[in-house]
Amino acid sequence: MTPASAYPVPPKPDTVYYFGTCLVDLFYPDAGLAGMDLLRREGLKVVFPQNQTCCGQPARNTGMYEEARAVARTQFKAFPNPWPIIVPSGSCAGMMRMHYPDLFAGEPDQAEAEAFASRVYELTWFLVHVLDIQLKDKGEPLTVTWHGSCHSVREMGVTDEPKELLRRLSNVTLVENPREKECCGFGGTFAVRMPEVSGAMVTDKVVSIEGTGAAQMVTGDCGCLMNISGAMGKSGSPVKARHIAEFLKERTHG
Amino acid sequence: MADTAAASTFVERAHKVLGNTKLRGNFRRAMDGLMAKRAAQFADIAAWKSLRARGAAAKRRVLARLPELLEQLEANCTANGITVHWAETTHEANSIVLKILQDHDARTIVKGKSMVSEEMHLNAFLQKHGIEAIESDLGEYIIQLAGEAPSHIVMPCIHKNKGEIAELFTRHIDGQPYTEDVAELTDAARRVLRSRFAAADAGLSGVNFAVAETGTLVLVENEGNGRLSTTLPPLHIAVMGIEKLAEKLEDIPPLLSLLTRSATGQGITTYVNMITSPRKAGEKDGPQEVHLVLLDNGRSRVYADDQLRDTLRCIRCGACMNHCPVYARVGGHTYNAVYPGPIGKILTPQLDGIAVAGDLPHACTLCNACVEICPVNIPIADIMVRLRREAVHPSDSPAVMGAGCKHTATEAAVWAGWKKMYASPALYRMGARMMQRFGNMMPGGMPLLKEWTSVRTRPVFAKKTLHELAKEQGYSDV
Repeated sequence: MTPASAYPVPPKPDTVYYFGTCLVDLFYPDAGLAGMDLLRREGLKVVFPQNQTCCGQPARNTGMYEEARAVARTQFKAFPNPWPIIVPSGSCAGMMRMHYPDLFAGEPDQAEAEAFASRVYELTWFLVHVLDIQLKDKGEPLTVTWHGSCHSVREMGVTDEPKELLRRLSNVTLVENPREKECCGFGGTFAVRMPEVSGAMVTDKVVSIEGTGAAQMVTGDCGCLMNISGAMGKSGSPVKARHIAEFLKERTHG
Repeated sequence: MADTAAASTFVERAHKVLGNTKLRGNFRRAMDGLMAKRAAQFADIAAWKSLRARGAAAKRRVLARLPELLEQLEANCTANGITVHWAETTHEANSIVLKILQDHDARTIVKGKSMVSEEMHLNAFLQKHGIEAIESDLGEYIIQLAGEAPSHIVMPCIHKNKGEIAELFTRHIDGQPYTEDVAELTDAARRVLRSRFAAADAGLSGVNFAVAETGTLVLVENEGNGRLSTTLPPLHIAVMGIEKLAEKLEDIPPLLSLLTRSATGQGITTYVNMITSPRKAGEKDGPQEVHLVLLDNGRSRVYADDQLRDTLRCIRCGACMNHCPVYARVGGHTYNAVYPGPIGKILTPQLDGIAVAGDLPHACTLCNACVEICPVNIPIADIMVRLRREAVHPSDSPAVMGAGCKHTATEAAVWAGWKKMYASPALYRMGARMMQRFGNMMPGGMPLLKEWTSVRTRPVFAKKTLHELAKEQGYSDV
């Protein structure tokens, strides 16, 4: 599979679909909405199909392929038009872009799965490469650090795009974390199957974030966000954790 | 360690290590150092990608013609004067080694580092038959003194610090005073091992690559112990897995470069041994006899499965361990397997069966750090997921022993319920509304939430879903 970093950049479309993801839907809807608002502000028509649910990753990663396929097919039906599908999560985007083709290999709807996969884009990649979004920072001076999710970086090949967006904010200083790309220990069911190992990983992650001296940690995946912000909350860390879509919208709306 | 460890789970073994902050610190520092050294070797990313493509292609070519190339290797080794033996199981391999040693009245052997001999549990087997096997790789020597198994396939005693080694040496080496001076400790081991090399009846080694085209055994090492083990005693026995082949001599430079740079961040090791025959007439050194034992131990079963076969590309560099965020926290012994870390998590269930491997394929976040740096591009994460599937839902492939043994009615029911909800938009929206209303009232002690909140605050269900917000904000549904 070709990682997103090597995609040909499509022309700017009139209309895009938005796949919110199930974690955003239940826990971080404001972050999801912020991503839609950013796209709409750039002049796109943003369609949010009410029949969308989940990409199916939890089942696929546990080896429950049939269950994952059944849920993926629900998304095929919910996103019927050939518009790009924008996802505010590198992990869910990676599932749909990189794993649907394998998951549906040999299935009667393999071609449909492949066509669907080829329309999936991670939000920050789309904002940088397709829309070349210009951001007018209206916020106070602030120091932030970035956490790159494993699947964003190593499946979707989206590494620098979110940091590029942060650099476009004139009052925001980005301090890079030397352990930025190290897994935070979420791993879906891993966090509850191996809670102690996961706990050790996220504790180290928080230490490395605090070591940057940043006031806020920005990330693009709600699994990581829930894990890291949860650990920060429990340990009383002064650092605030944010989803990049919400952060960008807040900084540019004033 | 094996007896008590066998009855425990990964989670239980991890618990013990995670409480040991000193050990965790040792591991983390060591892994950081190894990652930095490797990264410095592959600073030119384009060159790394091109070299990796060559290495992966070389191993893919081997696997495409494995049976044929093994026959070619046997023919060429035999022509060179190396005696070739085939072992289907580790027991057969042990018996073959024992027979060769007994035929030569051998009482002591010196060993170069060999993970296949660990797979065979050869030392314990020989000891039962009155033959003493002495590990001559410094790391292996240290853990042999400690009565432990390797915690890393390249750096077997990486879990030990200077103080622990000093204490072991004082206890086991006559007249050795306590010192944490590394040069002095190395000297002490050298003194002991030199006399062992000189007195050994046979030497045993592993094989990094066997070249089918020429019948050459390639062996890399940094201490000279591999060369001494394979040249000083009158008899040399090499043991290797049947997948450790290279088709041609010209494949060796890229493969060696990938191996040493990935493993220890070295452009090349101090010693590169190319063994093509026993001592020839007129030569002044080398063993009189060389034997090669080819071990299957489940590999041909794995080979028969198109996807799992990729596992056999592994050149045992150990870089996946060095880059694994789980390994860095729990160390090698937590895996309770000959091969720890990411490659062990996929290899152990395939060689030993799902039942033996326990929860190993789940001791992974699928972060892909190993996939990113694997020098032969093994899709470790995808194979991990495949093995999770085999555990609960066996495929038609007979490649995995014990497939299906982890299936439980409860887990199946949970996923069936999950599917029902997420495959039906109406049910999902209803479920989401229920979670909004009642989710935050779930008792904190309930399963999953309890584990989650051990180091984190509980996640809070939002008052409105994105579905609802999108509708309110006028976002079109079609």
